[in-house]
Amino acid sequence: MRYLPKSDAERAAMLREIGASSIDDLFAIIPEEYRVTRDLDIPRQMGESEIVDHFKAAAAKNANGYASFLGAGVYRHYRPVLIDTVVQRGEFLTSYTPYQAEITQGTLQAIFEFQTMICELTGMDIANASMYDGSTAAPEAAMMAMRVTGRDGVVVARTVHPEYREVMRTYAQHREAETGHAAQEVGYGENGRVDLEALEAAVTEQTACVLVQSPNFFGVIEDIPAIAEIAQKKGALLAVAVAEAISLGAVRPPVEADIVVMEAQSFGVAPSFGGPFCGVMAAKEKYVRQMPGRLVGETKDKQGRRGFVLTLSTREQHIRREKATSNICTNQALVALMATVYMTVYGKEGIRELALQNLAKAEYAAKTLGVGGKLLFTGAPRFNEFVLQTEETPEQMNARLLEHKIIGGLPLRKWYPELGNASLWCATELTTSAQIDQAAEMVALIPAAAAAR
Amino acid sequence: MATETEKFVGTPRKVTQHLTQNEGLSFEKSAPGKKAYRLAPLDVPAVDAKSLLGVNAREDAAGLPELSEIEIVRHFTRLSTWNYAIDLGMYPLGSCTMKYNPRVNEFVSRLEGIADAHPYQPESLSQGSLGIIQLLQQCLLEITGMEAITLQPAAGAQGEYTGILLVRAYHQAKGNARKNVIVPDSAHGTNPATAAMCGYDVINFKSNASGGIDVAALAEAVNEDTAALMLTNPSTIGVFENEIHRIADILHAKGALLYMDGANMNALCAKTRPGDFGVDVMHLNLHKTFSTPHGGGGPGSGPVACKKILEPFLPIPVVEEGSDGQLHLNYDRPQSVGRVRAFYGNFGMFVRALAYILANGPDGLRQTTEDAVLNANYIRKKLEDLYELPYNTPSMHEVVFSDRRQTKNGVKTGDIAKRLIDYGFHPYTVSFPLIVPGALMIEPTESESREELDLFVDAMRQIAREVEENPQLVLDAPHSTRVSRLDETGAARKPVLRWKPGNGQ
Repeated sequence: MRYLPKSDAERAAMLREIGASSIDDLFAIIPEEYRVTRDLDIPRQMGESEIVDHFKAAAAKNANGYASFLGAGVYRHYRPVLIDTVVQRGEFLTSYTPYQAEITQGTLQAIFEFQTMICELTGMDIANASMYDGSTAAPEAAMMAMRVTGRDGVVVARTVHPEYREVMRTYAQHREAETGHAAQEVGYGENGRVDLEALEAAVTEQTACVLVQSPNFFGVIEDIPAIAEIAQKKGALLAVAVAEAISLGAVRPPVEADIVVMEAQSFGVAPSFGGPFCGVMAAKEKYVRQMPGRLVGETKDKQGRRGFVLTLSTREQHIRREKATSNICTNQALVALMATVYMTVYGKEGIRELALQNLAKAEYAAKTLGVGGKLLFTGAPRFNEFVLQTEETPEQMNARLLEHKIIGGLPLRKWYPELGNASLWCATELTTSAQIDQAAEMVALIPAAAAAR
Repeated sequence: MATETEKFVGTPRKVTQHLTQNEGLSFEKSAPGKKAYRLAPLDVPAVDAKSLLGVNAREDAAGLPELSEIEIVRHFTRLSTWNYAIDLGMYPLGSCTMKYNPRVNEFVSRLEGIADAHPYQPESLSQGSLGIIQLLQQCLLEITGMEAITLQPAAGAQGEYTGILLVRAYHQAKGNARKNVIVPDSAHGTNPATAAMCGYDVINFKSNASGGIDVAALAEAVNEDTAALMLTNPSTIGVFENEIHRIADILHAKGALLYMDGANMNALCAKTRPGDFGVDVMHLNLHKTFSTPHGGGGPGSGPVACKKILEPFLPIPVVEEGSDGQLHLNYDRPQSVGRVRAFYGNFGMFVRALAYILANGPDGLRQTTEDAVLNANYIRKKLEDLYELPYNTPSMHEVVFSDRRQTKNGVKTGDIAKRLIDYGFHPYTVSFPLIVPGALMIEPTESESREELDLFVDAMRQIAREVEENPQLVLDAPHSTRVSRLDETGAARKPVLRWKPGNGQ
């Protein structure tokens, strides 16, 4: 086996030195009836070229050469080459959690830079070293708000990503059974924004957390100051989820929030069929001791030199065990490093310029595609996604588009049946005007053809 | 002074000191106008943010650093050289399984068609991805001897969470979720934290004199309120619970379930199967046993395998093969605990883990496990005369010593760990498991050659002598790193968690 650095002679010599007559001696403690004495029924050992061929064959069975208008929490942005140059350095790729600060200063300083960049982008005071992803950061924010407020109620906007809400429900199950407080969902208005009157009615003195997403699942930017006022005047915390991180280059950050949870996939992380991504949690400084996950802090060594360490670990499971703020241990460090490189490459001006390109592409796409259908939620600003309502079902429309190697918008009926034949479209800096024009032509084609029939 | 110079100072044989570059924070090198990007020209009409977004337009740009490309390459390359890594040498962190991360795994995970697959692509255009999920599931079921599996959990701790949710749903379906989960005092901290998150009371269970489960005491502790026992096998002291079947029987007799923390599966792969020895539900850590990279602290991936009785409760969606031979995502599972994560899990890690399994095959996995156990026992044999073995039970993939002999000279496990850095090694796991005061938890994995192991043994033996003859040297270690021991107390007392202009050097 090519990953194992020993000859059989060396193995035999080591066994002799241990005083074992055979390798079986070392496994003698396993009761005989439970020992595997056959070959496992898995594929035989393959050469490297066979492994590459295996996965190339798999890749060929996926979408290749398609123009895609899918977003919905996973965004296709250009990944600068530097990202993989950096993360494939073995010193980053093959080290682990920086518990031994003296020999992990590289990872620690990079995380410190990441935390700083997230604060700069979100307008929050502190950020942790990463969470699993946006969907799991959301319930962590709700639980954090419960610890801060000592309350149990959670109010969630229906415009939050449906899968984030599903994860919230999973995490809330047993708590609901105990407290009788089910997470309450609040609908949206004509403009696709959370219904402020319904929100006002839903938030009570028992509410720990109000969770909204902005830009929301429809791509619409929420009125964060108004939502914050409703939540905070009842003593609840406002948590804002950001699923499209690039938006923060052009959209005003949710500075009124108490907690911001983010999915940083847009920052140089490949879609990769849904993961690994990079969850982020940022908050106001006063909540630091209720924050889940790892935090890196600046300090000094004995000679007074600057260095970085994992800090405030008394919040965490390895110290506090069942009383910890969360059970999270391993996070998404390498993906956070990807995001750090990405933010460094684009920098202050680049993130803004990039966000504006996304805005322009989506504006053009919405106008152009809107000709063949009805654009919903036009009464509020949006970032790089929009909802299109069509006469035919999105499935029929997408089937036609697929023939032209275009993956159309995401059908929304599964989560929002009230929207009928609606689909969610996304355009990023990688979407070309030619792709948009072609898709628009195809979308517009059928109602006319249907009418002619 | 004469006596001072005669004191023993060991000779690190693995390393020679060399210069490393100094490097500030990226923010400190930033200057307005420097760029490392150039966007393609816009092929649609430009827009004005203010007119489109109104009051929602961002006024002040985020204070990200402004640097050129070469500066960024140097920045991160310089930082990287301050890290220790598996690629540099043995990384014997116990319970973390720091094994070689094959590069072909990285290569195939970045193939076009795999890396750029969107999770909402039509199923007909996702057959490659779904096929990877299906084959990995089949392999992991065969390796564990279990009957159903989900790959959705994002890491080991979330796998535990999912596993205990399954347990809870199972009991709930029978009319009573039950009250508590038993967790041995040797367990990783994620176990009790997980049980608490699932709404269970945690019963901390004391280990017996050999560091394992006291079967008689367990029989007394388990009753109709017990939802499950969370057992790590081999335990955190690297010992196989040879009475595992009795443990399972005790639980099952009271209707409770046996959860296995699979963190130490590297000791068992292809040699024994949890499904065969009575485990009802377990998680795996793909970043431990199946070689996906640790990446400075993640991403992980924590598949959960279970018996048929728990299958109805698995998170949605599950991958199924239709009568048309196509793979589908099934969301219609009314008894499911729901989702624990958006989409299907850390798919990129599935690709890497499957590549590892294919590179090994059944014979490679067996040899891997045997070498991992051989290496741990070799270290044990070579060090047991100098370091105290708190438990004399046979070791599997890791060996746990204590610092009892060294503390006589005022030197603790954490000090020995720091001195090991000067010898060119990453320290072992310090002060864990909690049942061993002053633990040195050493897991070499299969990835170490005999030469590397001998260098490690040599370092540990020289340090033991330094402790006897020159303890201050060890107490002040490390001596060779860019920074010496850092003020952790100060860091926690006045946390500085981000850079601000002016708070630099």
